[in-house]
Amino acid sequence: MTATDTIPPQRSLAQRLLRLARRNKLSTVGLVLFGLIVFAAVAAPLLSSHDPLAQNILHRLEDRSADYLLGTDVYGRDTWARILYGLRVSLMIGLTSTALAMIIGSALGILAGYRGGWVDSVIMRIMDMLLAFPTLITGLFIVAVLGANFWNIVLAITVTILPKFARVARAPTIALKEREFVEAARALGYSDLRIMAVHIAPNVLGEVIVLASLWAAYAIRIEAYLSFIGLGIAPPTPTLGTMIREGFEHILDSPFVSIYPGFAVLLVVLSLNLIGDGLRDAIDPKLRD
Amino acid sequence: MAGFILRRLLSTIPTLLGVLTIVFVMIRVAPGDPALAILGDNASQEALDAFRERMGLNDPMWVQYLDFLRDIARGSLGESMISGTPVLTSIMEVLPYTLELALGAVFFGVVIGTPLGIMAALKRNGWLDYLLRVVSLVGLSFPAFLTAILLILWLAIDWRLFPVISTPTGGFGDRLFNLFLPALSLGLIMVAYVMRTARSAMLDVLGEDYIRTARAKGAPARRLVLHHALRNALIPIVTVIGLYFGLMIGNAVLTEIIFNRPGLGKLIVLALNQRDYSTLQGLMVFSAFLVVMVNLLTDIAYGLVDPRVKLK
Repeated sequence: MTATDTIPPQRSLAQRLLRLARRNKLSTVGLVLFGLIVFAAVAAPLLSSHDPLAQNILHRLEDRSADYLLGTDVYGRDTWARILYGLRVSLMIGLTSTALAMIIGSALGILAGYRGGWVDSVIMRIMDMLLAFPTLITGLFIVAVLGANFWNIVLAITVTILPKFARVARAPTIALKEREFVEAARALGYSDLRIMAVHIAPNVLGEVIVLASLWAAYAIRIEAYLSFIGLGIAPPTPTLGTMIREGFEHILDSPFVSIYPGFAVLLVVLSLNLIGDGLRDAIDPKLRD
Repeated sequence: MAGFILRRLLSTIPTLLGVLTIVFVMIRVAPGDPALAILGDNASQEALDAFRERMGLNDPMWVQYLDFLRDIARGSLGESMISGTPVLTSIMEVLPYTLELALGAVFFGVVIGTPLGIMAALKRNGWLDYLLRVVSLVGLSFPAFLTAILLILWLAIDWRLFPVISTPTGGFGDRLFNLFLPALSLGLIMVAYVMRTARSAMLDVLGEDYIRTARAKGAPARRLVLHHALRNALIPIVTVIGLYFGLMIGNAVLTEIIFNRPGLGKLIVLALNQRDYSTLQGLMVFSAFLVVMVNLLTDIAYGLVDPRVKLK
């Protein structure tokens, strides 16, 4: 036996990714699905020849056809084009609010866990308060009071999911700050800010990212719910929730006008849930069994 | 035990106080004058002044805050800016309908989800387990309105089994019949959560020593699962129902709107459309209060079942 036998063979990045994909089939399916959805939203003008806002009273509530892939709504607008543009709104709001909640929430969680004492008590008490607000009702409330525009909807969603990130980031921080490498960093005289950002944050990242994919799925659903109730981005901008609401009024004549955007929401949410679920298994194998 | 409950009860006070403060501040920072928003741009100056006086909007902020807290302490959520009805009265009028819906959903969730979760756990890593896992992920991803729309199309319009609009009236039988469709549509989302929890709880329990002992004693498989394991696996299932209560109230709002049922959902939408800020404020306080109470009850139930919790 030579020494080289014990060294695992070097794999290229592509090989490693493939191996990872084989092990996490569900995550891979989710990732591919999500990639396709993002592509469809970005390339919306290329994928549809219709203007999502163009009304055509001669083609109201039409069935699927070569021209109108998924039929038309009550104003004769192309459902396929509207779904593509609606996805843009959903993704923008869902991903922006989750990213904000992730950054602010984990920063607060790490700060609370690292400092402990009264800082910890104050931060976590505030997080507990925020947790008491049911997301959808709070979202409705914020948007109703402040007005329905992009940033208010993002604010509403961010505020309600932020505490979940704080909690998840805090727990491992408490354990990490006792570890040797953190003590070493402290002994070297590094500032607390640097220790939290460079030494602790990367070690908390895994769990936070799992959570982010799951809450992004939730955020996208909440956005759809808000516009379904009539508190989303104002018409005529197409959003999936608004399409479902408008289609629901004509459910007996043409049920697919609301069902197709409903399935679009389902697919986006499912793709993110698949990613998150698989990642959670990869990070914490205990949960798999 | 009494000490533990009292401690938990007291610890909710700062949380609730914070919740109240957040709601109060949120309403006050709202752009626009509530008097103008409600009475309209054409309202006379006298009418506007009278409205502000009546609603206490002319008082300094801290007086308004103290008034708000005093009202809550007296068990009042204020009055509707539009109709003058006490908000709590409006809530109590429709709350039974929402609770009925939520309970129905929990029923479906537990009755469908628990057996599926047990099956998945017993056939761990088999094809059934895999299939159920995918099904539960799809279930978790379903938007509440989509299940409702599909159920209406399928069971109410195509098959004509149930009414499209769910009116909670009539005798007990009629009421249950009308409740079936909305409760099922809300419950199907619950199924996914219960199923996953039941699966992992069963797997935990099945690995315990007392299960091995029971198996060694020759307990039949059915008794092993239903008698020895399930009982202990129920604790996490109860917890998950508590945890998802807030989520469920939100989803119930959507289900109520789609089925045109009376309940908190319709009350919220009406208040939103009328810009009735005082009713909205009351509804927010109420739902936050509800979530805090459910969390408290879940904690206490946990303490009763597992004495180790109390020591923390």
